[in-house]
Amino acid sequence: MKRKDKLWFGLFTMPLFTIFTIVVIIPFIIGIAYSFISWDGISANPKVFVGLDNYVTIFQDERFFSSAGHTLKFTLLALISVNLLGLTFSLLVTNGLRTSKLARTFFFMPNLIGGLILGYIWKFIFTDAFKFLGGKTGLEGIFFNWLINPNFALYALVIVFTWQMAGYTMIIYIAGIQGIPDELLEAAKVDGANIWHRLTKITFPLLMPSFTICFFMTLSGAFKIYDVNLSLTNGGPVHSTEMFAMNIFNEIFGYGRYGVGQAKAILFFLIVALVTLTQVIITKKKEVQM
Amino acid sequence: MRRTSRAISSILLALLALLFLSPIYIMLVNSFKTRAELYNNALALPESFSLQYFEAAMKKMNFFTVLGNSTFVTVMTVIFVVVLASMTAWMLVRTDNKLSKLMFMAFISTMLIPFQTLMMPLMQVMDWIRTYLHIPMLNTHGGLIFMNIGFHASIAVFLYHGFIKSIPIALEEAATLDGCSKFGVFWRIVFPMLKTITITVAILDVISTWNDYLLPSLTLSDKGLRTIQLSTFYFFGEFTIVWNQAMAGLTLTIIPVVIFYAIAQKYIIKGIAEGAVK
Repeated sequence: MKRKDKLWFGLFTMPLFTIFTIVVIIPFIIGIAYSFISWDGISANPKVFVGLDNYVTIFQDERFFSSAGHTLKFTLLALISVNLLGLTFSLLVTNGLRTSKLARTFFFMPNLIGGLILGYIWKFIFTDAFKFLGGKTGLEGIFFNWLINPNFALYALVIVFTWQMAGYTMIIYIAGIQGIPDELLEAAKVDGANIWHRLTKITFPLLMPSFTICFFMTLSGAFKIYDVNLSLTNGGPVHSTEMFAMNIFNEIFGYGRYGVGQAKAILFFLIVALVTLTQVIITKKKEVQM
Repeated sequence: MRRTSRAISSILLALLALLFLSPIYIMLVNSFKTRAELYNNALALPESFSLQYFEAAMKKMNFFTVLGNSTFVTVMTVIFVVVLASMTAWMLVRTDNKLSKLMFMAFISTMLIPFQTLMMPLMQVMDWIRTYLHIPMLNTHGGLIFMNIGFHASIAVFLYHGFIKSIPIALEEAATLDGCSKFGVFWRIVFPMLKTITITVAILDVISTWNDYLLPSLTLSDKGLRTIQLSTFYFFGEFTIVWNQAMAGLTLTIIPVVIFYAIAQKYIIKGIAEGAVK
């Protein structure tokens, strides 16, 4: 490479790469180092190297394990409900009905609103609107304040997350459905395949790439959920809905255990990477070539 | 027969879509109601339209200041990300050497890192820059924009990289022969061709910056610097919840989003689909 070219290369790439290095790469490396250190976050206090102690502490931390359990349960439920609803919506709005476009617009709308705000809207619904509905309909077994019951609070979180993400996956499924040639479905229709067969034998197999993307997006989104968690339940009642991300935040900034918290954060990264990559590999294998 | 059944299906679909947005309806109607009315029936339409709760919420949230703050941070972030990421991606595509490949790998391989893994050490780094270099990275909009650029770099470079690979190099070579500098080639010839992907990058960045809560909450402590999300959080925390006022506040925060959606719907949906599929 000529000297002049090198200069241009630096001029074009260095501004962004420098910022990226300061904001992402350096903190990531320092973060690994912090996970071997005991520190309370006050700069005057010493940072003590403790080796793997922080990681050992995590494995004795019951609250972390129960938070891992909630996150897992939440993620599984969310994965199913988001994709079921998103796929249903996408099939409904690709039917060529006159109201399709309007419906698509409405279904996607919640996704644009921030998670924090969504959580607050639903907080009102689960506390007050539900109480009102329960009194009115007599169905107090369904309509009561969900947020004070540990099990139902988790389901409430699933509902809000589904409301947020269903429209998003719908958009991706629509793109997939529009990529399926019409002749294929017409031919199957002529051959006498009913709607169920056309869906399961043609549409779904050809949608595998869309499934890969949607599962990936829902999985990583659900695993990393924080904003909705904060505004809807703030982890309560009694930590029963405290997800991974919130547990890490509280450990570091709430209790000032920077070392242990950072060790959790590193573990969190490893789990997210492992889960999402495994999922992509599995669904990629199922994709069919046309 | 077939036509009537399709008409009925159309109506049912529209009703389903409306039902899906019922939380928005509940938020909206209750922002007009008096307290007694609200507790009496949370689902009914309000009996009187009073804007007093909106006024109160606007005042408590400092609405126009925080709206301005959010807009400033979002616009600046998007401009910097678009300019810097497109330039970087173009160079990375057109330069075939180890360094270029390594840099691209660095951008891509870090995409899976959750924010929680970086937040604490990032705050330490920013603190060091403030202490030793005397650049105010914390509690300033500039610092927040700087960090936003860093976090959005990967996905933007990735999207631009994929797009630029598909455009032929011949035009650029011709311009170079005509004596155009790299700078001129990029801004006069390449950048205009990137219009579609630029819209996608911009839309994705607008949505994620506007809705971000955690990073601003860690960096901004002055009340006057708060973004919409931060102000909403404090609005709910500082006062025991007066629901009608709270709903009015939430309605206010959603209005800019609805306007943005109404104007740019086509691009948003296309941007979301492209951003995810690539």
